Amino acid sequence: MGDFALSELYRIAIVGSGPAGLSAASRAAKLGLSHVLLEKTDHLSDTIYKYQKGKHVMATPSQLKLRADIDFAAGKRETILETWEMQTGGNKVNTLKNAEVKAMTGTKGDFTLTLTNGQIVRAETIVLAIGTQGNPNRMSCPGGDLPHIQYSLDDPGEYIDEHITVIGAGDAGIENALGLVADPEQRNVVTIVNRSEEFATAKDANVQALVQARDAGRIIVRTKTTPLSVESGWITFDTRDGEARVQCDRVIARMGSAPPRKFIEACGIAFSSPDRAAYPVLSATFESTNPGIFVIGALAGYPLIKHCMNQGHDVVEFINGNTTLKPADEPILEAKFAGLPGNESVEYWLNFLKTNVVILNQLSTLQLREFMLDSEARFYKRGEVIFVRNDPGSSLFAIAAGSVLVEVSPTDPSITVPIGVGSIFGEVGLISGRRRGATIRAGEDCICVEVSRTAALKLQASVPAAKRAIERISTERQLLQMFKSGLTPADLTEVLDSYEIQAVSAGKAIITEGELGNDIFVIRQGSMVVERMIGGKPVFTSYLPAGSYVGEMGLINGGKRAATVRAAIKSDVIKLDGTAFMRLMEKKPELYAKTKSDMAGREELNAFIESKKDSLSSAVDLYSEQAAFLMENGIGEATDVLLIDENLCIGCDNCEKACADSHDGLSRLDREAGRTYAHLHVPTSCRHCEHPHCMLDCPPNAINRGPDGEVFINDTCIGCGNCQRNCPYGVIRMEYEPPKKPSIFSWLFFGKGPGPGEPSRKWKKENSDPSVSKQSKAIKCDMCSGIEGGPACVSACPTGAAIRVGPEQFLSVTRLEKNKA
Amino acid sequence: MATQAPKRGAQSGRVKSDGTHEGFLRHKRFRWLKVAFVLMTTATLGYILIDVKPRPNGGSWYGYLMGIIGTLLILWLTMLGVRKRIPSRKRWSLKGWTSAHIYLGISLAVIGTLHTGFQIDWNVHTLAYVLMMLVIISGLWGITAYTRLPRKMSLNRQELTENQMLEGLRSMDRQLHDAAQPLDHRYAELVRKSLQENPFGGGLIRRVFGFYPKSKARKTLSMLSEEIAFRPGEDNPIERLDGLLARKDNKVARLRKHLQYKARLEIWLYFHVPLTFALIAALSAHIVSVFFYW
Repeated sequence: MGDFALSELYRIAIVGSGPAGLSAASRAAKLGLSHVLLEKTDHLSDTIYKYQKGKHVMATPSQLKLRADIDFAAGKRETILETWEMQTGGNKVNTLKNAEVKAMTGTKGDFTLTLTNGQIVRAETIVLAIGTQGNPNRMSCPGGDLPHIQYSLDDPGEYIDEHITVIGAGDAGIENALGLVADPEQRNVVTIVNRSEEFATAKDANVQALVQARDAGRIIVRTKTTPLSVESGWITFDTRDGEARVQCDRVIARMGSAPPRKFIEACGIAFSSPDRAAYPVLSATFESTNPGIFVIGALAGYPLIKHCMNQGHDVVEFINGNTTLKPADEPILEAKFAGLPGNESVEYWLNFLKTNVVILNQLSTLQLREFMLDSEARFYKRGEVIFVRNDPGSSLFAIAAGSVLVEVSPTDPSITVPIGVGSIFGEVGLISGRRRGATIRAGEDCICVEVSRTAALKLQASVPAAKRAIERISTERQLLQMFKSGLTPADLTEVLDSYEIQAVSAGKAIITEGELGNDIFVIRQGSMVVERMIGGKPVFTSYLPAGSYVGEMGLINGGKRAATVRAAIKSDVIKLDGTAFMRLMEKKPELYAKTKSDMAGREELNAFIESKKDSLSSAVDLYSEQAAFLMENGIGEATDVLLIDENLCIGCDNCEKACADSHDGLSRLDREAGRTYAHLHVPTSCRHCEHPHCMLDCPPNAINRGPDGEVFINDTCIGCGNCQRNCPYGVIRMEYEPPKKPSIFSWLFFGKGPGPGEPSRKWKKENSDPSVSKQSKAIKCDMCSGIEGGPACVSACPTGAAIRVGPEQFLSVTRLEKNKA
Repeated sequence: MATQAPKRGAQSGRVKSDGTHEGFLRHKRFRWLKVAFVLMTTATLGYILIDVKPRPNGGSWYGYLMGIIGTLLILWLTMLGVRKRIPSRKRWSLKGWTSAHIYLGISLAVIGTLHTGFQIDWNVHTLAYVLMMLVIISGLWGITAYTRLPRKMSLNRQELTENQMLEGLRSMDRQLHDAAQPLDHRYAELVRKSLQENPFGGGLIRRVFGFYPKSKARKTLSMLSEEIAFRPGEDNPIERLDGLLARKDNKVARLRKHLQYKARLEIWLYFHVPLTFALIAALSAHIVSVFFYW
């Protein structure tokens, strides 16, 4: 389309040719609007183009209708790209490739886009569909532009007999490097280069794998090294000991990527908050704060391909003046509101929620629509129970109409505290991941919005006011629930005026033994360990889960701290001013008595450990060291973990076999792998973390916590692998289901099939139907939920070596007593 | 200390083990040992107190009773092999089943012996009895293996998985191969030969007893490298080779130990299981012949 396009003023310029941009351009072409689609690279849809070869791309959410002029259905990366390429051509989309936008100036009606090659494009409106992938950081040393430098790795199996240097030891770099040496037959000599001594940005599992590969002599790791220059066949490094010139046929540079935020802000578009996860502020028609510039796709906060394509279609309709177009999610929202009384429209309910619920006040209509996709609106009749004490659940409820009653006493349901319209409840589960602390029922007919954990977290990240509101309410409630003693919100005002939420990194102490201090700490998130110095050594005395408080000893006794309390994992604590708390106790003798009795229990425990120390010194030491080992291995954030006593484990792998046989033939644990201390082995198996890392970034929100506290992945998994990468313990596998095995008896008597346990890859391949496309999905331990008799790994252990425990049970001092009794 | 978050697990109906756990021998505070003890004592007291005429014999009513109990026990004990391969059988944990298998299996020795009435002879009946005792003895051997070896195996493997150990060996071999390149032909040939050897070959006996003599190529190699390594010289490639060989020996030794423990945890089953099938065959012959000659 070249140079004559220079002076033309397009109606719409679309930046980025991903699913959103392609769909927008196709719509514009169909409507006959003058348009141009600008693509940075020489091919369409770069993000999907860069997916690994043959990757199966999924089309979720399945209930959402696709509304676009190009087709999209689940399938292989290649097929999808081919379809899009063809249909874009067929739709007569005006595409300009190798067109990277450097700057955007002007106002609605006449924008000027300057490209990096100096070309100028003018347009009345701009649709920004550039995604969040950003630009990879480029090599800046001499020779950094040579053709054998690449910024992604498509298929590690492609390279044979090469000297390859991977620059940057983040996760991407390590994964690429390990992929290149995975098959020794390829005979690649791979060097990975890291700027610093530590691998700070990479996941633990990746670092461990790298260190193992290095120790096994399969890979060369250079730390504190930076590239000085690149030439054909060679690379020169600046190392700690001077320059080094190394043979190198290929450079793979994985040095991170720059977020596009700077560029977007330079275009005059405001973001909702300074938070890293924040998105641009948008109107209901995707218009940004700079009129005439529209933002769609992943950059607007919609990572799924279908969303992106629908938005591409819609935004062009909006620009073209179609004001009556209902968004594609309209039928989904209609269904969500169908259960509410009064037969009102989606429009009405959205507005109703926005005005009535405090934490939703500041949302844009677009944000609210998306928010509601992950939430449910429910109507409860007076007296109906909303949730029950000790139910697991991590969702947050907001009251849009009516009020609810909290049953504060576990024994007497008639003692209740009301929560009124506009407020929220259930936030404790949201913050600490623990079970519900009280039963809640509708005080009158009421309408509540149940917000899933992910939606609530997203809300807090994008609307700071919502975050503050949730924080204050949750702190108040947590204190009331913890101290009970007839306290009312009014009593807490003084204490709450001084509260402060502190983030404590793992291993850091909030209270140090022997120091002066009278502040009270409430563990809001994470967990803590308590240690005392006995005989010159720190001795582990107890484990504190989220929802406990510490510091009352120093406050009441008014002296030095009696023990050190440090974070087992990254935690949040609420710091309460000791003096204010003291005044509260003076006002409320009941609270004083309760705190005093809590303290007595702890003093007793200390005395017990101290007395045991003399008689069972080695046992106490072992107990402390074992506790420290378990904390290191993530037990501090676990809720239920599989441990193996290697005094009993005969290595029969029956646990793995039973796991595979009760879960579609795929085992979710690796018994042999993992750390061991004093014969206590922590196998590679899910810990069901308090705050699961795997849940952090799941596009279809497929990871949930089940009724027994188990973290499980449901069928909506799209196989993106985010959870696998986010899990620090390496317990998630990406696998496709093997074919069904013949029954155990036909194996036992006739030798049919592969026998118990996970079938070998070979058998799986030979017996699968080759015509069916196999999609790998994420699989992990679901604690055998729904299987009577409990987790198969435990019930299938012939010697009792395998046990499942929660940290409070395992790290309680009773073990010390029982073990040596 | 202080407050604890509400106790979890208690309400959900899921049974979680408490912090202390019991192995298969101590299962439920020796429940099956107690059951087996009661069974054995009752049977023995019955044998002593009941005066069977003309003399205690497998064909008396008491003998039949013992025989029936014994047969049922044998059949049930055999079912462990099936249970082991079928996961999640509701309440019956495999550990409990193993525990019962062990203690009831031991009690079978008493039941079976009382069933014979101490009439031992050269016939199919005694054959069944002897086979039964052999099965029980091999089982006792298994118990010793299960109680003693896991600890040693865990110490030996040092957090390594078997695959990691094998991978470690392969990488040593690659390094040895590379290190041999600059050497003269004689050495290179010896290294090549030693790399071709399978350090774990030689069959079950070697594996169980952990007896692996050094091969000729390796012997010559160590001898030669010792000779040369002592010679003062700079940058001696033989020295590097020697170091690599020593490291490989360590790795091989660990893996051999690992395989030895694994073999010893399994070898007894190669007696226990076939003997069980032989026992069932002899038992059938015994029962059929008893009724045939009745």
